[in-house]
Amino acid sequence: MLENIQHFEKMAAFAGAAVAMGLGAIGSALGEGHTAAKANEAIARNPESLGSIYKTMLVGQSIAESASIFALVIAMLLLFSKPVSDSYATVCAALSAGLCMGFGAFGSGVGAGFASAAACTGIARQPAASGRLTTNMLIGSAVCQTTAIYSLVTALILLLVDFSTRPLSPTWAAIFGAGIATGLSAIGSGIGEGLVAETSCEGIARNPAAAGTITNSMLLGQAVTETTAIYGLLISFILLFKSFPPATTLAPAAALLSAGLCMGIGAFGPGIGEGVTAQTAVKWIARNGNAQIELTRCMLVGQAVAESTGIYSLVIALILIFVV
Amino acid sequence: MAIEGIDLVRAAGFLGAGICMGLGAIGPGLGEGLAAAKACESIGKNPREAGLITRTMLVGQAVTESTGIYSLVVALLLLFVV
Repeated sequence: MLENIQHFEKMAAFAGAAVAMGLGAIGSALGEGHTAAKANEAIARNPESLGSIYKTMLVGQSIAESASIFALVIAMLLLFSKPVSDSYATVCAALSAGLCMGFGAFGSGVGAGFASAAACTGIARQPAASGRLTTNMLIGSAVCQTTAIYSLVTALILLLVDFSTRPLSPTWAAIFGAGIATGLSAIGSGIGEGLVAETSCEGIARNPAAAGTITNSMLLGQAVTETTAIYGLLISFILLFKSFPPATTLAPAAALLSAGLCMGIGAFGPGIGEGVTAQTAVKWIARNGNAQIELTRCMLVGQAVAESTGIYSLVIALILIFVV
Repeated sequence: MAIEGIDLVRAAGFLGAGICMGLGAIGPGLGEGLAAAKACESIGKNPREAGLITRTMLVGQAVTESTGIYSLVVALLLLFVV
């Protein structure tokens, strides 16, 4: 029996590591490729700025890379660390940690790529603002990385907490639900925040005098875009740390798994939608500084409405956990 | 642990509710975001009409929201009625 569980643990750890690294590599690679393409374009346009474009490209790519480094860390932990206990809950946790980190690295990698690509294009256009552009890019892509960090935290909790003391049913479903909720909800917000950072770099290149205002508007827009990823993290933490009574039927487990799926998938649309809204608002704040107040108000109202479906998902997930 | 028919139906209802609300939230979220983006663009081009543009945006978003509300209603039906 024990030997059987250990075999399953090995299988789950290998599968989890493969999923984490395989899925986790996609976003960063796409983002870095996009950055390199735009950097080439920028150098062709303005060969004198080769040095600063080259530097910004490398710095931007290394930030986009961090999401897949998180995935590598989780994959290595899964491959080489000893499981916290021998039980089927640990088997589920290994698979769930892999899924969580694999999905969660996608949005951050792509988003950070948008930001650094726009910074390279901006330096070619406005070499004098290169310092300000690099700073803005660093702030913007650092915010993009937060969603990958949420996934890293959830994956680490899944790997390091001992779930064997809890009843296997419905804990297995809570474990999978937690991984899926954080992992999937990170995708939309990561990409949305990247879009906001992209246009703020573009805006600073067009109008370097308004750099301070543009960075502030970018941060405001990104903060609202982040909310749906935070809902996902919230649902994961509830699933991981609430104690559930043992279940003899399938329904309670299905409810917990469904809560994770609901919040994970439901966060995607609002995340990207709010990102697109903030992207356009920041673009026009850079072009028409006189309308800053009207634009900020319209952006926040529009984002609040786009948020509503994310809140519906949160409500359904909470009902699935606490009511039914 | 024996899985009985009625238990399976309840489990399917719960899973269905989660998937229904999750997938149903994608479209309205994206669509309302696009509507708000275009409204911001219009205000950037013509800030004097900000009030009119925001009002039109909200009406458009309210209509876009309807499918999200349908998903919410179906999810609640699956959870509490069916």
